[in-house]
Amino acid sequence: MLPKLPRETLLDLCRRMFVIRHFEESLVPLHDKGVFGGHYHLYIGQEATGVPALSCLGGDDYLFTTHRNHGHLLARGADPKKLCAEILGRVDGYNKGKGGSFHTVVPSLGFLHTSAVVAGIIPLATGTAYAAKALKNGRITVCLFGDGALEEGAAPEALNLASLWKLPVLFLCENNGKYGAGRATSAAQSSTMAAFPLTDLPKAYKVPAQQIDGLDSGTVHATISQAVEKIRRGEGPQFVEAQTVRWPGSETNWPSVAQRTDSSVAWDVSGVPEKVREWYRSCDPLLIFIRELVDAKQATKEEIADIERKVKAEIADAVEFAVASPYPKPEEAAKEYFA
Amino acid sequence: MREIAYYEAKFEALNEIMAADPTVHLINGTFLSLSPHRHVYQELANKYRDRVMSPPISELGFCGLATGAAMAGLRPIVDISTGSFIFEGWPQVANEAANAFSMSGGQTRVPVVFHLFHGLRGGGAAQHSASPQAMLWNNPGLEIVLPSSPRDVKGLLKTAVASDNPTIFVDHVQLLDVKGDVPENDSPIPFGLAHVKRKGSDVTVIATSYMVQRCLQVAERLASERISAEVVDPRTLVPFDMATLMTSVEKTGRVVIVDETHQSCGVAAEIAARIVESGFDKLKAPLRRVSTLDVPVSYSPPLEDYIGPREDRIIEAIRVVLR
Repeated sequence: MLPKLPRETLLDLCRRMFVIRHFEESLVPLHDKGVFGGHYHLYIGQEATGVPALSCLGGDDYLFTTHRNHGHLLARGADPKKLCAEILGRVDGYNKGKGGSFHTVVPSLGFLHTSAVVAGIIPLATGTAYAAKALKNGRITVCLFGDGALEEGAAPEALNLASLWKLPVLFLCENNGKYGAGRATSAAQSSTMAAFPLTDLPKAYKVPAQQIDGLDSGTVHATISQAVEKIRRGEGPQFVEAQTVRWPGSETNWPSVAQRTDSSVAWDVSGVPEKVREWYRSCDPLLIFIRELVDAKQATKEEIADIERKVKAEIADAVEFAVASPYPKPEEAAKEYFA
Repeated sequence: MREIAYYEAKFEALNEIMAADPTVHLINGTFLSLSPHRHVYQELANKYRDRVMSPPISELGFCGLATGAAMAGLRPIVDISTGSFIFEGWPQVANEAANAFSMSGGQTRVPVVFHLFHGLRGGGAAQHSASPQAMLWNNPGLEIVLPSSPRDVKGLLKTAVASDNPTIFVDHVQLLDVKGDVPENDSPIPFGLAHVKRKGSDVTVIATSYMVQRCLQVAERLASERISAEVVDPRTLVPFDMATLMTSVEKTGRVVIVDETHQSCGVAAEIAARIVESGFDKLKAPLRRVSTLDVPVSYSPPLEDYIGPREDRIIEAIRVVLR
């Protein structure tokens, strides 16, 4: 189901989803060629959660995210050039190469600090919420994390604090483990989390919580906009678990792309390698979204292909910019660690 | 000049800080420990009900909350209370707060103060006696402050709150009743400024926190033996004032470092290394460290006393370097 939004907004969401998809797919060959090192994580498969969810926020709100942060930054309008340069450790990156994939920070978009410790951000998010409440500036905080983050002790401590002090924070748990190995699914307790469903955890601390289908952009938009409204009314924290199906390229230790996305795949998966075909046929949120756009006559296939063409060119430019950007001077490593 | 107790100076500082800046919030409240003076803190809590918060026993949660709040415009002072409890909040202090400014390429400031009481307190046993400042010194991105007198606790606390960096305020319960001069309308004390607490010419005794008070007593005793000890207090480990220390070392040529962290990789070890690197040729004798022995802290009074930087161990070390 599409979000109940004007056509122009829907096409903008579509464009942002394409930006994320093509940006993330472009990183894999760069890493494989050794253009950047270190571990990295991609947001592919969760576009229909992040893009509509973050569209419900105001420009001043705070966001915390963790290792799948590229998608959240791009959904919020980050410049792919500066993001790519940061991931490549270049001087033109958002953090001048000091943060990298894990820690890209863009204060102007509300991202003050991105931790690579999965639950590290959850107490921090209660902190920006606490500050906003104390300063009465009306800002809310959205804390984006995966299901694994709930396994760390920081999560329950922060949920308790947020609930006790009625802090204006939305905990958005993106559970990409629906049907995935070892994770809490819609059907059973996982091998690493005894609480089931995951929403039992926030509920124990009296934080209102719901589970939704993270592949359904309309449900995401409706749920998050309502949650945001309640938080702005002063009702305290809210918790949403959005379930998605893990992109097959993330199943391995290092991301791998078996199929470069093209909008035509939405209507014909016959060219997709068989082992990943089912995901692209039924679980790819971007392809679901564009099929819905066409079915609802909000856009033609040609219009969508045109949006995608422009995005691909933009991402190609971003990669070119980042690769051409120089590394920082080595001695910068020993500078600027105190304000 | 008026003379007041350390706890009074500290409370005065908190009061003036709270009055001057509405963005300062106190998270948790044992700033006067369980000392008989702790009721003094209650006055502050009554006065600023919205800015003095009593969190659950969740060090990880509230150290993170304060760090996040500092990123978004507040200047929180977090009371971790007993120094050992910082281990419960360690990930937020050492891994989030300390890294945020660097990781963001100099964009995100974290003006949070983590306050704690370190050291041998009398009956603290193994889990209420930690001196985590050496570990924290090995974790770049944190400023570390150790006051040792009423004047210093007031002036350094003000600077800690004004700092845009995460700051560890390392206090000691044995200092709370120490009396000293604190001028009216005194000004904050800048970080990175060591202080010569007693002038002397034979030996430089470098001491931190409560050990400064102990070394001043030792210096007084030794004066009767015509040994002139100069007592120097670095006051802050990060930033560290090497120049003042070396001026004294160059004068005396003999050095004893007294500090309550454990000996290995401790505060005294780092100061010793820096002195040797920058002024080995100035030393007339090998320098000595007096630290806490490398063992867990025992409960029973004679056991606890045995492992710490006792007065007799300090005197012995001074005699050795003067030989």
